[in-house]
Amino acid sequence: MDGCAVSDLSCSQTENVALMARLKFARTARGHAAFAVEVNFQIAPGITILFGPSGAGKSTLLDCVAGLLKPREGRITLGEKVLQDSATGIFLPPKERHLAYLFQSPALFPHMTVEENTGFGLAHSPAAERKATVQQLLEAFRVSHLAHRKGNEISGGEAQRVALARALAPAPRAVLLDEPLRGLDAELKSSLVDDLRAWNRANQLPILYVTHQRDEVDALGERAIAIDGGRIVSEGIPHAVLDAPRTKRLARAAGFENHLKAVVQELREADGVMRARLDGSQTELELPLGYAAVGDHVNVAIRAGDIMLAAQKPAGLSARNILAGIVESVEARGATVACCVNAGAMFRVHLTPGAVRALEITAGTRVWLVIKTHSCRLVDD
Amino acid sequence: MEALWLSLKLATCVAAILLSLGMPLAYWLSQTQWHGKFLLESVVALPLVLPPTVLGFYLLAAMGANGPLGKLWMAWFGHTLAFTFLGLVFASAIYSLPFAVQPLVAVFESVDSRLLDAAAVLGAGSWRTFREIILPLSMRGVVTAVVLSFAHTLGEFGVVLMVGGNIPGVTRTVSIDIYDRVQSLDYSAANRLAIALALISFAVLSTIYAVNRRVWSPWPLGSNGRVRGE
Repeated sequence: MDGCAVSDLSCSQTENVALMARLKFARTARGHAAFAVEVNFQIAPGITILFGPSGAGKSTLLDCVAGLLKPREGRITLGEKVLQDSATGIFLPPKERHLAYLFQSPALFPHMTVEENTGFGLAHSPAAERKATVQQLLEAFRVSHLAHRKGNEISGGEAQRVALARALAPAPRAVLLDEPLRGLDAELKSSLVDDLRAWNRANQLPILYVTHQRDEVDALGERAIAIDGGRIVSEGIPHAVLDAPRTKRLARAAGFENHLKAVVQELREADGVMRARLDGSQTELELPLGYAAVGDHVNVAIRAGDIMLAAQKPAGLSARNILAGIVESVEARGATVACCVNAGAMFRVHLTPGAVRALEITAGTRVWLVIKTHSCRLVDD
Repeated sequence: MEALWLSLKLATCVAAILLSLGMPLAYWLSQTQWHGKFLLESVVALPLVLPPTVLGFYLLAAMGANGPLGKLWMAWFGHTLAFTFLGLVFASAIYSLPFAVQPLVAVFESVDSRLLDAAAVLGAGSWRTFREIILPLSMRGVVTAVVLSFAHTLGEFGVVLMVGGNIPGVTRTVSIDIYDRVQSLDYSAANRLAIALALISFAVLSTIYAVNRRVWSPWPLGSNGRVRGE
């Protein structure tokens, strides 16, 4: 904890320990394919989710913040401390940044015990202090019983807990987590994050948590940033970010199963809506008004769970889109039943098994699709 | 037997020199992003493809009384480098360089780069990372490099012939001695030396294969010094 006493952290609320980054680069030092990233963000204490589809540049971004990659242009600050500033030529190497970074793989040193792994970042502490810190962290993350096992002798979930304890041991100033729960089952996931939250209540560090899984966005974060194609496309509370994806790939990652192309037919600005005809059919949809003119092509994303099915043509509904269709396939997937309905275009609809029984839906059943205007999201390519 | 002893001494010296010089060179080669790296790799691998006589010829030219290295040596020590034991050590080290450097580069490169990233983020400098992470995880490659450079030096003939001359006790190694004895029709002595050399070489090579297959391990690290997912 250089230059920042614990009392400072607890009484100052947020701003002075925030992690701020403004980065711009086209190619990384490791010779990966040409890849452009241009972002500007600020992470306050607490968990901020960085959400985006695979290949959006999330891991690269973390590598830049950690100093493992050197972005061509950028300024990264952590509280008062400048980690990088290309304008003045400052670039702190990873070992001087005092960050915790948990990779997708635990990357435990296989030839060292769990205890040695956890103490690796405490080389400059006196032995007794090191031992106490290691003990305390292994207990906080419930892996103290593994202290004398080798890094390659423990399970994936245990290894990720040890890796987290190891990363936090040197009293970092901020925490970077790169899909740390990848490959862990749901129960392990929630307990690991609970332990991290409990640890952070006392430490109040900014935590940047990268994931491409939408359930983690909703469950874990206090704030979310959506990134696609190397750019930040939206940020805010997790629910809002997931609900209003700006790009097609992001919409897919956020769980929008239906992606339709349509041509705008009519704008009704007074009502805040427009009508568009789906490509390859006569079916028209009422959509929220977007930045589009008559004749423009638009991409529409709709969640399969936001579409209702009716056995008879419904009347007296506020929903504006009621489309006749034929069920083409019905497939049970655990607690949801996925139906494909042909209503000019193919729609995916998720129902509960009870609803499927009540409406007696099978392949060939004639149904009406009910879609609210605001369940239709306009997304960019 | 003097020749056999000399060969073992030469091989030990060369293996020790190549371990201490090959390790930093191999580490640098395994980590560098330099675009011209392939040039250095080619130079290191050159002794693999050049006939020993060609390499020996150039080394002799360099180390002789009129060669650049020979002149320098002469200025410092008052005698030439060629036809001395040290000259032989120098030439053999160049000749066996790829046998030390290539296994080291391979094993250093096989260490998961995320382990090195983790060490860096945890505050370790490159020397500590090498000592505490890379080296312990590379022991098999280090053993291979030492044993191969030892065995390769033990069996060399052409380069020794070119730069060593044939001075008993100074530069007459066992392979030269065998050749001499065959030339003078002393087949039984040649046979004894040949068998001794063959047995030593076999023992040395079976050591590497045993270590690499982990049939047995000369030190405890062997069983754990393994990169995950290798």
